[in-house]
Amino acid sequence: MQATRARPAGRGWEWFCWLYMRISAVVMIGLVLGHLYFMHIVNSTDTISHEFVSQRLATPFWRIYDLVILLFAMSHGVIGTRGIIEDYVRKPGLRRGLQWTLYVLSAAFTIAGIYVLVAFQPGQLSR
Amino acid sequence: MPTAKIRVKRFNPEKDRKPYWADYEVPYEPFDRVLDALHYIKWNVDGTLAVRRSCAHGICGSDALLINGVNRLACKILVKDIGTTISVEPLRGLPVIKDLVVNMEPFFDKYKQVKPWLINDDPTPEKERPQSPEQRELFDDGTKCILCAACTTSCPVYWTTGEYIGPAAIVNAHRFIFDSRDQGGQERLAILAEKSGAFRCRTVFNCTDACPQGIEVTKRVQEVKRAITVGGI
Ligand code: HEM
Ligand code: FES
Repeated sequence: MQATRARPAGRGWEWFCWLYMRISAVVMIGLVLGHLYFMHIVNSTDTISHEFVSQRLATPFWRIYDLVILLFAMSHGVIGTRGIIEDYVRKPGLRRGLQWTLYVLSAAFTIAGIYVLVAFQPGQLSR
Repeated sequence: MPTAKIRVKRFNPEKDRKPYWADYEVPYEPFDRVLDALHYIKWNVDGTLAVRRSCAHGICGSDALLINGVNRLACKILVKDIGTTISVEPLRGLPVIKDLVVNMEPFFDKYKQVKPWLINDDPTPEKERPQSPEQRELFDDGTKCILCAACTTSCPVYWTTGEYIGPAAIVNAHRFIFDSRDQGGQERLAILAEKSGAFRCRTVFNCTDACPQGIEVTKRVQEVKRAITVGGI
């Protein structure tokens, strides 16, 4: 075997994306189950109201919880969709175009999501 | 003698604009294989049918075909085992030369990328390079590969753009990466970590199902991913 062997070969970007899909998936299982339990078992979506949302987001815990789900789901979704584009789109120009559209759109959605979670003022009706 | 309906996807690039299905009624004995049915057609019905085979006994890897929707060696599968209507098509994802014969060059190009030969810069030993049964066991599975392309051409990731290096190349890289006598492991792992490499695999298992040699192809691919992720080579 080789003498100089700092770390295994090949830990590059493709490896990182592959690993990140799995790590984010495992984390999301926990987060999504917690979300389902709280929103659909402890509470019910039939009785959801502005007041309920307001109360929930009044605690930093739920704000951070939702923020983490948002970031993981969006990054996982973007990296996964990037892979699908790599798989199916042959033309390099179209590939780049679609991928950048994906990045710009998802960045916009992520920023909108972060904005809602951070800027929301509990107990205050918008308008 | 019972007969089976053999549906062959035919294509002659000099005559046909696109492939078409041709049906043949073929009598068969209980011990006849799909290859025998294709021989019957070629020798008795239509000599223009192009089909490739060499050993006719599952060793050379020449006659992997899409049979009833799955990749099989025509010389290894019995007509009586798969019913009385059998569809036979060329392998997917490789250019068709004529009828059932595909151009294997793109497949072999991927194979060559992983340097499928012993890399060892030590002075050649006087006798052999010894290896324990345990060391051999680590890569034994991959040595069974006959390069028929059944696994790679069953992989949906390979079908899409043809960029993916494919399971056969990964299995053959694995065969050397995990060989204690070889020193090119890191080099090959780096090749398999490229965009075209092992991380394109989506664990579909078509390759394992397709392998006529019973190689656990998906497992070998996973071992390569694990070697890159946690090391140990
Ligand atoms: C608990 C929730 C989730 C789990 C456990 C999960 C799990 C996974 C895993 C393990 C993969 C990798 C598959 C492979 O490479 O073979 C994957 C791929 C993917 N995921 Fe998720 N995921 C979850 C949620 C999501 C969400 C919310 C989105 C969208 C925003 C998403 C979009 C994708 C996409 C687009 C792919 C790529 C599919 C492909 O490469 O064929 N996933 N997911
Ligand atoms: S003809 Fe050689 S493997 Fe089938």
